[in-house]
Amino acid sequence: MTDKQLNIPSLLSKLELELKQAIASRALKDPLMIGVHSGGVWIAEQLHQRLNIKEALGLMDISFYRDDFSQIGMHPKVKPSELPNHLEGRDIILIDDVFYTGRTIRAALNEIFDYGRPNQVLLGVLIERDGRQIPLKPDCSGCSINLPAGQRIKLTGPVPLGIHIESFNKKQTTT
Amino acid sequence: MKNLQLSKEGKLKHFLSIEGLSIELLTEILDTAESFAGLPNQQVKKVPLLRGKTIVNLFFENSTRTRTTFELAATRLSADVLSMNIATSATSKGESLLDTIRNLEAMHVDMFVVRHAISGAGHFIAQNTAPHISVINAGDGQHAHPTQAMLDMFTIRQHKQDFTQLKVAIIGDILHSRVARSQIQAFNILGVKEVRVIAPKTLLPSHVESLGVTVFNDIEKGLVDTDVVIMLRLQKERMSAALLPSEREYFKCFGLTEQRLKLANPDAIVMHPGPINRGVEIESNIADGAQSVILQQVSNGIAVRMAIMSLTMQSHGEQI
Repeated sequence: MTDKQLNIPSLLSKLELELKQAIASRALKDPLMIGVHSGGVWIAEQLHQRLNIKEALGLMDISFYRDDFSQIGMHPKVKPSELPNHLEGRDIILIDDVFYTGRTIRAALNEIFDYGRPNQVLLGVLIERDGRQIPLKPDCSGCSINLPAGQRIKLTGPVPLGIHIESFNKKQTTT
Repeated sequence: MKNLQLSKEGKLKHFLSIEGLSIELLTEILDTAESFAGLPNQQVKKVPLLRGKTIVNLFFENSTRTRTTFELAATRLSADVLSMNIATSATSKGESLLDTIRNLEAMHVDMFVVRHAISGAGHFIAQNTAPHISVINAGDGQHAHPTQAMLDMFTIRQHKQDFTQLKVAIIGDILHSRVARSQIQAFNILGVKEVRVIAPKTLLPSHVESLGVTVFNDIEKGLVDTDVVIMLRLQKERMSAALLPSEREYFKCFGLTEQRLKLANPDAIVMHPGPINRGVEIESNIADGAQSVILQQVSNGIAVRMAIMSLTMQSHGEQI
Protein backbone atom coordinates (compact mmCIF):
# COMPACT_ATOMS: atom_id res chain seq x y z
CA MET A 1 0.00 0.00 0.00
CA THR A 2 1.30 3.47 -0.87
CA ASP A 3 -0.16 6.89 -0.18
CA LYS A 4 -0.90 7.30 -3.90
CA GLN A 5 -3.61 4.64 -3.60
CA LEU A 6 -5.41 6.52 -0.84
CA ASN A 7 -7.62 9.08 -2.54
CA ILE A 8 -9.14 11.52 -0.06
CA PRO A 9 -12.30 12.55 -1.97
CA SER A 10 -13.35 8.93 -2.49
CA LEU A 11 -12.51 8.00 1.13
CA LEU A 12 -14.63 10.94 2.34
CA SER A 13 -17.54 9.93 0.08
CA LYS A 14 -17.46 6.34 1.31
CA LEU A 15 -17.32 7.47 4.96
CA GLU A 16 -20.19 9.91 4.34
CA LEU A 17 -22.31 7.14 2.84
CA GLU A 18 -21.61 4.73 5.69
CA LEU A 19 -22.38 7.42 8.27
CA LYS A 20 -25.71 8.24 6.56
CA GLN A 21 -26.70 4.58 6.69
CA ALA A 22 -25.64 4.25 10.34
CA ILE A 23 -27.44 7.45 11.35
CA ALA A 24 -30.63 6.04 9.81
CA SER A 25 -30.31 2.49 11.11
CA ARG A 26 -29.39 3.54 14.64
CA ALA A 27 -31.95 6.38 14.58
CA LEU A 28 -29.64 9.16 15.77
CA LYS A 29 -31.59 12.22 16.97
CA ASP A 30 -30.09 15.74 16.58
CA PRO A 31 -26.60 14.31 16.57
CA LEU A 32 -23.61 16.26 17.83
CA MET A 33 -20.48 15.73 15.76
CA ILE A 34 -17.12 15.82 17.54
CA GLY A 35 -13.72 15.81 15.82
CA VAL A 36 -10.59 14.59 17.60
CA HIS A 37 -7.75 17.12 17.38
CA SER A 38 -6.11 17.64 14.90
CA GLY A 39 -6.66 15.36 11.89
CA GLY A 40 -10.08 14.24 13.13
CA VAL A 41 -11.24 17.86 13.25
CA TRP A 42 -10.27 18.42 9.61
CA ILE A 43 -12.21 15.34 8.49
CA ALA A 44 -15.15 16.26 10.74
CA GLU A 45 -15.32 19.77 9.23
CA GLN A 46 -15.93 18.21 5.81
CA LEU A 47 -18.48 15.68 7.05
CA HIS A 48 -20.26 18.25 9.21
CA GLN A 49 -21.06 20.17 6.01
CA ARG A 50 -21.89 17.14 3.87
CA LEU A 51 -24.26 15.65 6.46
CA ASN A 52 -25.83 19.06 7.06
CA ILE A 53 -25.56 18.89 10.84
CA LYS A 54 -27.13 21.94 12.49
CA GLU A 55 -25.27 22.14 15.78
CA ALA A 56 -21.74 23.56 15.73
CA LEU A 57 -18.93 21.04 15.41
CA GLY A 58 -17.39 19.97 18.75
CA LEU A 59 -13.60 19.87 19.06
CA MET A 60 -11.76 17.55 21.40
CA ASP A 61 -8.13 17.40 22.50
CA ILE A 62 -7.61 14.14 24.36
CA SER A 63 -4.09 14.95 25.66
CA PHE A 64 -5.18 14.98 29.31
CA TYR A 65 -6.79 11.57 28.91
CA ARG A 66 -3.90 9.74 27.23
CA ASP A 67 -2.57 6.58 28.82
CA ASP A 68 1.09 7.34 28.05
CA PHE A 69 1.57 10.52 30.14
CA SER A 70 4.00 8.80 32.51
CA GLN A 71 6.06 7.54 29.55
CA ILE A 72 6.15 10.51 27.18
CA GLY A 73 4.85 13.42 29.26
CA MET A 74 2.65 16.28 28.26
CA HIS A 75 1.86 16.98 24.65
CA PRO A 76 3.00 20.39 23.53
CA LYS A 77 0.25 22.91 22.73
CA VAL A 78 -2.76 21.17 24.22
CA LYS A 79 -5.87 22.92 22.91
CA PRO A 80 -8.87 23.36 25.17
CA SER A 81 -11.74 21.10 24.07
CA GLU A 82 -14.74 22.97 22.70
CA LEU A 83 -17.81 20.96 23.63
CA PRO A 84 -21.29 21.81 24.89
CA ASN A 85 -21.40 21.82 28.71
CA HIS A 86 -23.61 18.75 28.91
CA LEU A 87 -23.48 15.65 26.75
CA GLU A 88 -26.00 13.87 28.95
CA GLY A 89 -28.42 11.84 26.81
CA ARG A 90 -26.96 13.10 23.51
CA ASP A 91 -26.40 11.15 20.28
CA ILE A 92 -22.78 11.70 19.28
CA ILE A 93 -20.85 11.11 16.06
CA LEU A 94 -17.17 10.88 16.94
CA ILE A 95 -14.75 11.44 14.05
CA ASP A 96 -11.02 10.71 13.83
CA ASP A 97 -8.62 10.50 10.90
CA VAL A 98 -6.91 7.14 11.49
CA PHE A 99 -7.96 4.24 13.71
CA TYR A 100 -4.88 2.24 14.72
CA THR A 101 -4.35 0.90 18.27
CA GLY A 102 -7.68 2.21 19.59
CA ARG A 103 -6.07 4.12 22.46
CA THR A 104 -7.03 7.58 21.18
CA ILE A 105 -10.68 6.53 20.98
CA ARG A 106 -10.51 5.02 24.48
CA ALA A 107 -9.27 8.42 25.73
CA ALA A 108 -11.91 10.31 23.72
CA LEU A 109 -14.72 8.15 25.11
CA ASN A 110 -13.49 8.76 28.66
CA GLU A 111 -13.49 12.51 28.04
CA ILE A 112 -17.01 12.38 26.54
CA PHE A 113 -18.30 10.55 29.62
CA ASP A 114 -16.78 13.23 31.85
CA TYR A 115 -19.13 15.70 30.17
CA GLY A 116 -22.14 13.48 30.88
CA ARG A 117 -23.60 10.10 29.89
CA PRO A 118 -24.37 10.12 26.16
CA ASN A 119 -27.29 8.15 24.70
CA GLN A 120 -25.10 6.61 22.00
CA VAL A 121 -21.78 7.21 20.28
CA LEU A 122 -21.08 6.42 16.64
CA LEU A 123 -17.43 6.25 15.57
CA GLY A 124 -16.39 7.20 12.05
CA VAL A 125 -12.79 7.25 10.77
CA LEU A 126 -11.29 8.08 7.40
CA ILE A 127 -8.89 5.11 7.49
CA GLU A 128 -8.91 1.99 9.63
CA ARG A 129 -5.57 0.19 9.75
CA ASP A 130 -4.51 -3.06 11.43
CA GLY A 131 -2.81 -3.05 14.84
CA ARG A 132 -5.67 -2.86 17.34
CA GLN A 133 -4.52 -3.18 20.97
CA ILE A 134 -7.84 -2.87 22.75
CA PRO A 135 -11.31 -4.19 21.89
CA LEU A 136 -12.69 -1.13 20.11
CA LYS A 137 -13.63 -0.84 16.45
CA PRO A 138 -15.01 1.96 14.27
CA ASP A 139 -18.64 1.77 13.10
CA CYS A 140 -17.91 3.50 9.79
CA SER A 141 -14.71 4.00 7.81
CA GLY A 142 -13.53 5.30 4.44
CA CYS A 143 -11.33 2.23 3.97
CA SER A 144 -9.58 -0.53 5.84
CA ILE A 145 -5.89 -1.28 5.15
CA ASN A 146 -2.93 -3.29 6.43
CA LEU A 147 0.48 -1.70 6.98
CA PRO A 148 3.81 -3.00 8.29
CA ALA A 149 4.24 -2.30 12.03
CA GLY A 150 6.96 0.32 11.55
CA GLN A 151 4.82 2.51 9.32
CA ARG A 152 2.13 4.99 10.11
CA ILE A 153 -0.33 7.18 8.27
CA LYS A 154 -0.04 10.91 8.68
CA LEU A 155 -2.71 13.35 7.63
CA THR A 156 -1.69 16.87 6.63
CA GLY A 157 -4.11 19.76 6.32
CA PRO A 158 -6.52 21.36 6.78
CA VAL A 159 -6.30 22.76 3.21
CA PRO A 160 -5.47 20.81 1.16
CA LEU A 161 -5.88 17.49 2.94
CA GLY A 162 -3.07 15.05 2.22
CA ILE A 163 -2.18 11.50 3.29
CA HIS A 164 1.39 10.31 3.81
CA ILE A 165 2.65 6.91 4.81
CA GLU A 166 5.89 7.21 6.76
CA SER A 167 8.20 5.16 8.92
CA PHE A 168 8.39 6.07 12.62
CA ASN A 169 10.55 5.05 15.54
CA LYS A 170 8.98 3.17 18.44
CA LYS A 171 9.21 6.04 20.94
CA GLN A 172 6.73 8.18 19.06
CA THR A 173 3.05 8.08 19.88
CA THR A 174 0.55 5.96 18.04
CA THR A 175 -2.93 6.83 16.97
CA MET B 1 25.51 26.35 37.05
CA LYS B 2 22.94 23.61 36.68
CA ASN B 3 19.40 24.77 37.47
CA LEU B 4 18.08 22.50 40.22
CA GLN B 5 14.57 22.95 38.83
CA LEU B 6 15.26 21.37 35.44
CA SER B 7 15.77 17.74 34.46
CA LYS B 8 18.63 16.60 32.23
CA GLU B 9 16.36 17.13 29.21
CA GLY B 10 15.58 20.68 30.34
CA LYS B 11 12.05 19.88 31.51
CA LEU B 12 10.59 21.29 34.69
CA LYS B 13 11.30 18.88 37.57
CA HIS B 14 10.77 21.16 40.56
CA PHE B 15 9.11 24.57 40.65
CA LEU B 16 10.92 26.60 43.27
CA SER B 17 11.53 30.03 41.81
CA ILE B 18 10.90 31.98 38.60
CA GLU B 19 14.57 32.93 38.52
CA GLY B 20 16.55 31.21 35.77
CA LEU B 21 13.54 29.92 33.82
CA SER B 22 13.19 30.68 30.12
CA ILE B 23 10.43 32.64 28.44
CA GLU B 24 9.54 29.43 26.56
CA LEU B 25 9.01 27.56 29.81
CA LEU B 26 6.88 30.31 31.33
CA THR B 27 4.81 30.44 28.14
CA GLU B 28 4.41 26.65 28.21
CA ILE B 29 3.02 26.92 31.75
CA LEU B 30 0.57 29.65 30.69
CA ASP B 31 -0.54 27.70 27.58
CA THR B 32 -1.05 24.50 29.57
CA ALA B 33 -3.04 26.40 32.19
CA GLU B 34 -5.23 27.74 29.40
CA SER B 35 -6.19 24.18 28.48
CA PHE B 36 -7.16 23.43 32.07
CA ALA B 37 -9.20 26.62 32.45
CA GLY B 38 -12.19 25.09 30.62
CA LEU B 39 -12.41 22.16 33.01
CA PRO B 40 -15.11 23.65 35.29
CA ASN B 41 -17.49 23.36 32.27
CA GLN B 42 -17.33 19.58 32.44
CA GLN B 43 -19.85 17.67 34.48
CA VAL B 44 -16.96 15.73 36.00
CA LYS B 45 -14.48 18.48 36.87
CA LYS B 46 -11.36 16.38 36.65
CA VAL B 47 -8.94 14.73 34.24
CA PRO B 48 -7.12 11.44 34.89
CA LEU B 49 -3.60 12.81 34.26
CA LEU B 50 -2.07 12.18 37.71
CA ARG B 51 -4.15 9.19 38.77
CA GLY B 52 -2.28 7.02 41.23
CA LYS B 53 0.13 9.80 42.24
CA THR B 54 0.30 11.01 45.82
CA ILE B 55 0.84 14.69 46.57
CA VAL B 56 1.63 15.99 50.05
CA ASN B 57 0.89 19.58 51.03
CA LEU B 58 3.47 20.54 53.64
CA PHE B 59 2.34 23.86 55.04
CA PHE B 60 4.59 25.05 57.85
CA GLU B 61 2.92 28.46 57.63
CA ASN B 62 -0.77 29.36 57.59
CA SER B 63 -2.57 29.72 54.30
CA THR B 64 -6.13 29.35 53.15
CA ARG B 65 -6.26 30.32 49.48
CA THR B 66 -2.98 28.77 48.39
CA ARG B 67 -3.50 25.50 50.24
CA THR B 68 -7.08 25.00 49.11
CA THR B 69 -6.32 25.83 45.47
CA PHE B 70 -3.37 23.41 45.53
CA GLU B 71 -5.68 20.75 46.99
CA LEU B 72 -8.32 21.41 44.34
CA ALA B 73 -5.72 21.44 41.57
CA ALA B 74 -4.36 18.06 42.70
CA THR B 75 -7.79 16.45 43.02
CA ARG B 76 -8.83 17.79 39.60
CA LEU B 77 -5.79 16.00 38.18
CA SER B 78 -7.05 12.84 39.96
CA ALA B 79 -4.05 12.67 42.31
CA ASP B 80 -4.43 11.68 45.95
CA VAL B 81 -3.72 14.57 48.28
CA LEU B 82 -2.60 14.64 51.84
CA SER B 83 -2.56 18.00 53.60
CA MET B 84 -0.27 17.90 56.61
CA ASN B 85 -1.30 20.01 59.51
CA ILE B 86 2.19 20.82 60.74
CA ALA B 87 1.03 22.43 63.96
CA THR B 88 -0.23 19.07 65.19
CA SER B 89 2.41 16.93 63.47
CA ALA B 90 5.63 15.42 64.70
CA THR B 91 7.59 18.60 63.91
CA SER B 92 6.06 20.17 66.97
CA LYS B 93 7.31 17.16 68.94
CA GLY B 94 10.86 17.95 67.90
CA GLU B 95 11.25 15.96 64.67
CA SER B 96 13.61 17.59 62.18
CA LEU B 97 12.44 18.68 58.73
CA LEU B 98 14.60 16.02 57.08
CA ASP B 99 13.18 13.27 59.27
CA THR B 100 9.65 14.38 58.39
CA ILE B 101 10.61 14.20 54.69
CA ARG B 102 12.23 10.75 55.07
CA ASN B 103 9.09 9.41 56.74
CA LEU B 104 6.84 10.72 54.00
CA GLU B 105 9.18 9.31 51.34
CA ALA B 106 8.80 5.93 53.03
CA MET B 107 5.08 6.26 52.35
CA HIS B 108 5.83 6.44 48.59
CA VAL B 109 4.72 9.96 47.83
CA ASP B 110 5.44 11.65 44.47
CA MET B 111 5.35 15.37 45.18
CA PHE B 112 5.76 17.87 48.01
CA VAL B 113 4.05 21.24 47.93
CA VAL B 114 5.92 23.28 50.53
CA ARG B 115 5.18 26.53 52.31
CA HIS B 116 7.68 27.60 54.91
CA ALA B 117 8.57 30.77 56.81
CA ILE B 118 12.26 30.31 56.03
CA SER B 119 13.61 31.38 52.62
CA GLY B 120 15.10 28.47 50.71
CA ALA B 121 13.10 25.72 52.45
CA GLY B 122 11.82 24.39 49.12
CA HIS B 123 15.32 24.28 47.63
CA PHE B 124 16.58 22.46 50.71
CA ILE B 125 13.89 19.78 50.40
CA ALA B 126 14.43 19.45 46.63
CA GLN B 127 18.16 18.91 47.19
CA ASN B 128 17.63 16.32 49.89
CA THR B 129 14.64 14.34 48.77
CA ALA B 130 14.53 11.13 46.72
CA PRO B 131 15.23 11.67 42.98
CA HIS B 132 11.73 10.69 41.82
CA ILE B 133 9.99 13.33 43.95
CA SER B 134 9.05 16.79 42.64
CA VAL B 135 8.92 19.81 44.93
CA ILE B 136 6.74 22.88 44.39
CA ASN B 137 7.38 26.04 46.36
CA ALA B 138 4.12 27.46 47.71
CA GLY B 139 5.90 30.40 49.34
CA ASP B 140 9.20 30.48 51.27
CA GLY B 141 9.92 33.30 53.70
CA GLN B 142 10.54 36.56 51.84
CA HIS B 143 12.14 34.76 48.92
CA ALA B 144 9.65 33.50 46.33
CA HIS B 145 6.04 32.58 45.62
CA PRO B 146 6.35 31.42 42.02
CA THR B 147 2.91 29.83 41.54
CA GLN B 148 1.26 33.08 42.67
CA ALA B 149 3.37 35.02 40.17
CA MET B 150 2.38 32.62 37.37
CA LEU B 151 -1.34 32.88 38.14
CA ASP B 152 -0.93 36.66 38.09
CA MET B 153 0.78 36.46 34.67
CA PHE B 154 -2.05 34.21 33.47
CA THR B 155 -4.70 36.67 34.67
CA ILE B 156 -2.86 39.57 33.01
CA ARG B 157 -2.60 37.63 29.73
CA GLN B 158 -6.37 37.08 29.79
CA HIS B 159 -6.91 40.85 29.80
CA LYS B 160 -3.84 42.19 27.98
CA GLN B 161 -2.54 40.08 25.15
CA ASP B 162 0.96 41.49 24.70
CA PHE B 163 3.31 41.64 27.70
CA THR B 164 5.87 43.74 25.85
CA GLN B 165 3.54 46.75 25.67
CA LEU B 166 2.65 46.82 29.38
CA LYS B 167 3.48 49.25 32.15
CA VAL B 168 2.98 47.58 35.50
CA ALA B 169 2.95 49.04 39.02
CA ILE B 170 3.46 47.01 42.20
CA ILE B 171 2.40 49.03 45.23
CA GLY B 172 3.01 48.51 48.93
CA ASP B 173 5.10 46.32 51.17
CA ILE B 174 7.75 45.24 48.65
CA LEU B 175 10.27 44.59 51.43
CA HIS B 176 8.44 41.61 52.92
CA SER B 177 6.77 40.40 49.73
CA ARG B 178 7.89 37.12 48.15
CA VAL B 179 5.01 37.65 45.70
CA ALA B 180 6.55 40.91 44.45
CA ARG B 181 9.97 39.29 43.99
CA SER B 182 8.55 36.48 41.89
CA GLN B 183 6.33 38.86 39.92
CA ILE B 184 9.24 41.15 39.09
CA GLN B 185 11.28 38.18 37.81
CA ALA B 186 8.38 36.91 35.71
CA PHE B 187 7.67 40.37 34.26
CA ASN B 188 11.29 40.80 33.26
CA ILE B 189 11.50 37.35 31.63
CA LEU B 190 8.25 37.97 29.73
CA GLY B 191 9.64 41.30 28.50
CA VAL B 192 7.22 43.77 30.09
CA LYS B 193 7.94 47.36 29.00
CA GLU B 194 8.23 48.85 32.49
CA VAL B 195 7.91 47.50 36.02
CA ARG B 196 7.41 50.15 38.69
CA VAL B 197 7.50 49.63 42.42
CA ILE B 198 5.72 52.21 44.55
CA ALA B 199 6.35 52.22 48.30
CA PRO B 200 7.66 54.23 51.22
CA LYS B 201 11.44 53.95 51.55
CA THR B 202 11.07 51.85 54.71
CA LEU B 203 9.16 49.15 52.80
CA LEU B 204 11.64 48.77 49.92
CA PRO B 205 14.57 46.35 49.97
CA SER B 206 17.98 47.97 49.58
CA HIS B 207 19.27 48.02 45.98
CA VAL B 208 15.74 47.32 44.73
CA GLU B 209 16.66 48.94 41.37
CA SER B 210 18.99 46.03 40.67
CA LEU B 211 15.90 43.80 40.25
CA GLY B 212 15.09 45.71 37.06
CA VAL B 213 12.41 48.11 38.30
CA THR B 214 11.77 51.86 38.42
CA VAL B 215 11.23 53.15 41.95
CA PHE B 216 8.57 55.67 42.96
CA ASN B 217 7.92 56.97 46.47
CA ASP B 218 4.89 58.97 45.33
CA ILE B 219 1.87 56.82 44.33
CA GLU B 220 0.32 59.62 42.28
CA LYS B 221 3.38 59.91 40.08
CA GLY B 222 3.87 56.17 39.84
CA LEU B 223 0.33 55.32 38.75
CA VAL B 224 0.31 57.59 35.70
CA ASP B 225 -0.17 55.67 32.45
CA THR B 226 -0.05 52.15 33.97
CA ASP B 227 -1.97 49.13 32.56
CA VAL B 228 -1.75 46.82 35.56
CA VAL B 229 -1.95 47.92 39.21
CA ILE B 230 -0.92 45.30 41.77
CA MET B 231 -1.60 46.05 45.42
CA LEU B 232 0.22 44.21 48.20
CA ARG B 233 -0.87 43.55 51.74
CA LEU B 234 0.99 45.14 54.64
CA GLN B 235 2.66 42.12 56.23
CA LYS B 236 2.43 43.23 59.81
CA GLU B 237 3.35 39.78 61.07
CA ARG B 238 6.78 40.06 59.44
CA MET B 239 7.50 43.61 60.61
CA SER B 240 9.99 43.57 63.45
CA ALA B 241 10.53 47.34 63.62
CA ALA B 242 8.28 50.36 63.49
CA LEU B 243 8.38 50.86 59.72
CA LEU B 244 5.15 52.84 59.51
CA PRO B 245 3.59 55.61 61.57
CA SER B 246 0.07 54.07 61.39
CA GLU B 247 -2.32 52.23 59.07
CA ARG B 248 -4.35 55.39 58.59
CA GLU B 249 -1.26 57.31 57.62
CA TYR B 250 -0.29 54.51 55.20
CA PHE B 251 -3.70 54.56 53.51
CA LYS B 252 -3.49 58.34 53.19
CA CYS B 253 -0.14 58.12 51.41
CA PHE B 254 -0.22 54.78 49.57
CA GLY B 255 -3.80 53.45 49.62
CA LEU B 256 -5.48 52.87 46.26
CA THR B 257 -8.49 55.19 46.03
CA GLU B 258 -10.92 55.83 43.21
CA GLN B 259 -9.35 59.22 42.67
CA ARG B 260 -5.86 57.77 42.34
CA LEU B 261 -6.90 54.90 40.08
CA LYS B 262 -8.04 57.50 37.54
CA LEU B 263 -4.36 58.34 37.00
CA ALA B 264 -3.78 54.89 35.49
CA ASN B 265 -4.98 54.00 32.00
CA PRO B 266 -8.81 53.76 31.81
CA ASP B 267 -8.64 50.02 31.02
CA ALA B 268 -6.10 49.25 33.74
CA ILE B 269 -6.79 46.16 35.86
CA VAL B 270 -6.41 46.05 39.64
CA MET B 271 -4.88 42.96 41.24
CA HIS B 272 -4.14 41.77 44.78
CA PRO B 273 -2.72 38.41 45.85
CA GLY B 274 -4.97 38.41 48.93
CA PRO B 275 -5.83 38.46 51.71
CA ILE B 276 -6.91 42.08 51.23
CA ASN B 277 -7.10 44.59 54.05
CA ARG B 278 -9.93 46.87 53.04
CA GLY B 279 -9.25 50.46 53.94
CA VAL B 280 -5.53 49.81 54.61
CA GLU B 281 -3.99 49.34 51.17
CA ILE B 282 -7.13 49.42 48.99
CA GLU B 283 -10.49 51.19 49.12
CA SER B 284 -13.34 48.73 49.47
CA ASN B 285 -15.28 49.82 46.38
CA ILE B 286 -12.19 49.37 44.19
CA ALA B 287 -11.63 45.83 45.46
CA ASP B 288 -15.23 45.06 44.38
CA GLY B 289 -15.20 47.38 41.37
CA ALA B 290 -15.30 46.83 37.62
CA GLN B 291 -11.52 47.07 37.19
CA SER B 292 -10.76 44.54 39.93
CA VAL B 293 -9.74 41.04 38.82
CA ILE B 294 -8.97 39.82 42.35
CA LEU B 295 -11.44 36.93 42.30
CA GLN B 296 -10.38 35.90 38.79
CA GLN B 297 -6.88 35.55 40.23
CA VAL B 298 -8.25 33.03 42.73
CA SER B 299 -10.07 30.98 40.05
CA ASN B 300 -7.03 31.04 37.80
CA GLY B 301 -4.90 29.77 40.67
CA ILE B 302 -6.41 26.31 40.22
CA ALA B 303 -5.71 26.02 36.47
CA VAL B 304 -2.18 27.41 36.80
CA ARG B 305 -1.32 25.07 39.68
CA MET B 306 -2.72 22.13 37.68
CA ALA B 307 -0.41 23.10 34.81
CA ILE B 308 2.66 23.36 37.05
CA MET B 309 1.89 20.10 38.86
CA SER B 310 1.42 18.14 35.63
CA LEU B 311 4.46 19.69 33.93
CA THR B 312 6.75 18.81 36.86
CA MET B 313 5.34 15.28 37.00
CA GLN B 314 5.96 14.60 33.31
CA SER B 315 9.72 14.42 33.91
CA HIS B 316 9.04 11.30 35.99
CA GLY B 317 8.97 9.21 32.83
CA GLU B 318 12.61 10.05 32.12
CA GLN B 319 15.42 7.83 33.22
CA ILE B 320 16.96 9.40 36.29
